[in-house]
Amino acid sequence: MGVEGIGARVVRKEDKRFITGKGRYVDDIKLQGMTHAHFVRSPHAHAKVKGIDSSAALKMPGVVAVLTGQQIVDDKVGNLICGWAITSKDGSPMKMGAWPAMAPETVRFVGQAVAVVIADTKNLARDAAEAVVVDYEELPAVADVHAAIKAGAQQLHPEAPGNQVYDWVIGDEGATDAAFAKAANVVKLDVTNNRLAPNAMEPRAAIADYDAAEEHFTLYTTSQNPHVARLVLSAFYNIAPEHKLRVIAPDVGGGFGSKIFIYPEEMVALWASKKVGRPVKWTGDRTEAFLTDAHGRDHVTHAEMAFDANNKITGLKVKTYANFGAYMSLFSSSVPTYLYATLLSGQYNIPAIHAEVIGVYTNTTPVDAYRGAGRPEASYLIERLMETAARQLKVDPAALRRSNFITEFPHQTPVIMAYDVGDFNASLDAAMKAIDYAGFAARKAKAKTEGKLRGIGLSCYIEACGIAPSKAVGSLGAGVGLWESAEVRVNPVGTIEILTGSHSHGQGHETTFCQLVAERLGVPISQVSIVHGDTDKVQFGMGTYGSRSAAVGLTAILKAMEKMESKAKKIAAHALEASEGDIVIENGEFKVAGTDKAIAFPMVALAAYTAHNLPDGMEPGLKESAFYDPTNFTFPAGAYICELEVDAGTGKTSFVNFVAADDFGRLINPMIVEGQVHGGLAQGIGQALLEHAIYDANGQPVTASFMDYSMPRADDLPSFNLSHTTTLCPGNPLGIKGCGEAGAIGASAAVINAITDAIGKNNLEMPATPDRVWRTIHAA
Amino acid sequence: MYQTTYHRASSVDEAASLFAKGTEAKFLAGGQTLLPVMKQRLASPSDVIDLGKIKELQGVELSGDVLTIKAGTTYFDIMQNADVQKAIPAIAYLTSVLGDPAVRYRGTIGGSIANNDPAADYPAALLALGATVKTNKRSISAEDFFQGLFTTALEDGEIITAVSFPVPAKAGYAKMRHPASRFALTAVFVAQTKSGEIRVAATGASQSGVMRVPAIEAALKAKWSPAAIDGVSVSASNLLADIHGTAEYRANLIKVMAQRAVTAAG
Repeated sequence: MGVEGIGARVVRKEDKRFITGKGRYVDDIKLQGMTHAHFVRSPHAHAKVKGIDSSAALKMPGVVAVLTGQQIVDDKVGNLICGWAITSKDGSPMKMGAWPAMAPETVRFVGQAVAVVIADTKNLARDAAEAVVVDYEELPAVADVHAAIKAGAQQLHPEAPGNQVYDWVIGDEGATDAAFAKAANVVKLDVTNNRLAPNAMEPRAAIADYDAAEEHFTLYTTSQNPHVARLVLSAFYNIAPEHKLRVIAPDVGGGFGSKIFIYPEEMVALWASKKVGRPVKWTGDRTEAFLTDAHGRDHVTHAEMAFDANNKITGLKVKTYANFGAYMSLFSSSVPTYLYATLLSGQYNIPAIHAEVIGVYTNTTPVDAYRGAGRPEASYLIERLMETAARQLKVDPAALRRSNFITEFPHQTPVIMAYDVGDFNASLDAAMKAIDYAGFAARKAKAKTEGKLRGIGLSCYIEACGIAPSKAVGSLGAGVGLWESAEVRVNPVGTIEILTGSHSHGQGHETTFCQLVAERLGVPISQVSIVHGDTDKVQFGMGTYGSRSAAVGLTAILKAMEKMESKAKKIAAHALEASEGDIVIENGEFKVAGTDKAIAFPMVALAAYTAHNLPDGMEPGLKESAFYDPTNFTFPAGAYICELEVDAGTGKTSFVNFVAADDFGRLINPMIVEGQVHGGLAQGIGQALLEHAIYDANGQPVTASFMDYSMPRADDLPSFNLSHTTTLCPGNPLGIKGCGEAGAIGASAAVINAITDAIGKNNLEMPATPDRVWRTIHAA
Repeated sequence: MYQTTYHRASSVDEAASLFAKGTEAKFLAGGQTLLPVMKQRLASPSDVIDLGKIKELQGVELSGDVLTIKAGTTYFDIMQNADVQKAIPAIAYLTSVLGDPAVRYRGTIGGSIANNDPAADYPAALLALGATVKTNKRSISAEDFFQGLFTTALEDGEIITAVSFPVPAKAGYAKMRHPASRFALTAVFVAQTKSGEIRVAATGASQSGVMRVPAIEAALKAKWSPAAIDGVSVSASNLLADIHGTAEYRANLIKVMAQRAVTAAG
């Protein structure tokens, strides 16, 4: 490892612009003649749109146009799609209602757009939007899963009877029933996985610019995957063919999944820019983010786990209701199925699993992937079950886990996933040592003498990342392949541009991806730049989510680098009059091994471009590209342990210690990995203690601002104690597993297990607010 | 935000006359509530009259047994003030747990009490300490000043100039922070005046805003100790209930925070 190579704690190159306020976000971009959009949004959770009167708004100053849902339907802009087909247990395809970009007839959640005002300034657009009169006929609303599945419940979409999108199953029901029939003990648990609002720091934004002469659109947008956005806008929404649509995602201030999806606002901006003949900008505010960014989680689950007389798990049964909100968002269908139920084996050897997932519509904001996406729900369920089992079976929770750990790899679970490698005992050992697990009983007893309720909670998580082998996801219903592409462009004097289909919106790719180049060529990272986020520059890419950019995106870069190096070696060998096989790359030089003959990398590059003296038949230039399709998911795993105290008087939780021992395979930049884990833990702890997107019985959101929605702050969190154990991923040449989602996947169960240990009661839902904990302590 | 006209007043008199000229004028005294509300278009004042640069509204005076905080003094300046820390440290503490650093640099005591949010911190201190609110027209006792949710005795255009606190024998504040807003989910200020009167005020709890808690006052009158409150029963009726706390939880918090405030007071 060089000072800037793989494994080095290199300071982030991109931070200079971010921390000096020089980032370039969509809202920073101003185009000549630009107009501003403001949406007219439904105040009702469910209503018929009887009519829209724009006459007063059209007369207001600066108003360019008022466009409605009916017009977008008339112009044959496509409905929003869901890109992963799920088949119900009866063999029928999932049942979906149409989702037009603006509602022409029916609104189904508070905040759904019915019209848009285009005006010279944002404020004028907003003024005029208030003058648009919409005649609504209110309908009854269903606000949660329980209301949606009740007999006689108000129906959202005629296409989905009973408000049911699908009833999907996985696993062997007969084998699972047989395991339960023979079980010595059965542990049962009901849990709700609370709905979350993603809250990226930068709200969503879009600028659409239509060039009438070229019939060409440019879209600047807050996207985690600009190529996927272009593909969907082009192939499904009839905006423009791909070569007539450029999508640019410049600096993007966080995504957490919420910026994977193509939303109505971008579609409307593009369509409107052609209609009004001027660029159209829309920048969402925080309220719009709460109302329209896809929410996360929202499961209601009953689970049972069977044990034999030796406390070995013999079976697992799970029934989950997943709330999708009012419409099926882009990848929503896959989240509670292939990203959730396939992880229900956790770190454990479970011979038989059967899970049923029922997806339902409600009159709420659509739900889709949010950091972890299905895997936090699985991990939370399994780890609460294990803790519940330990209490019921009266065994130590660490010992119960160890006796059921998978220890031989590869391991085929009963729910599709084939774990390639791992060492679950090693991470649990590291976490237990870090928190002094053995000393906990004494600490708890001492705390009791001081009137404090102290608890400890474990969470041994596993996730499936690097999403994912294209053939595998295709066979499961995905509408896209999940490979990644890269291009290495060496300039004539040896500086290097890496073009990648991954997109950085906080992950630090501009640093970590350069570290691979530094490692291989021995050149400083200042000589390398990363180009991403523009469909005109990068040929194609699948973007960043699912902790995939290092395992998949960086591997694609490696493949392109190998091709480039191979050609460069030929050039060097020719120049040095040596055999290609004898050329080695060291410290920015191509050397003949075992001699002092060498040529510096910039001279090789120059030779490639002058082309004065290349080997016979070689093309000039030094530029190579590669596509990389992973061979398997990767399986980051680890053990988190939380120690905390509960104030019995107020129900408030205070952290004593939080340790995280992760196995991410090879780390490219440990500092950046730690940052990723910190952020993930904050979101996991936020879910456990604070965050909850709540609707009242009429479908009105009651947490649509930071005055009501509790975002975790620094002083809500402990100082994290992190460590790593390493098993290299055999599925990619760098041995990388991914680290972006782990914290959010593993943390919440550790916190709730610790609180329930402290208060001696197991029945506690997230978020464990002080009120809820206090009521649980004092419940009969 | 709707269009508005911003004025920066240099004196209380000028502020009052600017207010009289506006059709629907509002005073800006830190703006930590007014500005977010305007940005959300929930308020549309014709004129915003900024009191922040008026010198006569700035500062703290300790004179004998009376601590006077001028209405335009920011939370940060109150928290840092040596006289406040010496005379009534419970006020310095209350201010240190109010909002967050950004709010404390901007918000003012006058702005807080004029708004009379039912979960604001200062109303509890004023009521428990028996403070007097001084305006450009008169003096009003805290008891008379706070008149329910977001309602005060202030007349249209009346400007708070200062708050005078009698220095107590003992005082303490304990707060359960609202997890999202950092207002009081419930907080209690306890005071023992130099004449021996016990006054206890709770904020964030009642549907009608800041309130005295006579049962706890009586218990503390009998014995000034946290344990004295153990047997007190606080009714949950007429208490606030929302997604962050049931009425029963807030009733419990009134007791628990009162006990902790007594401990803090010593």
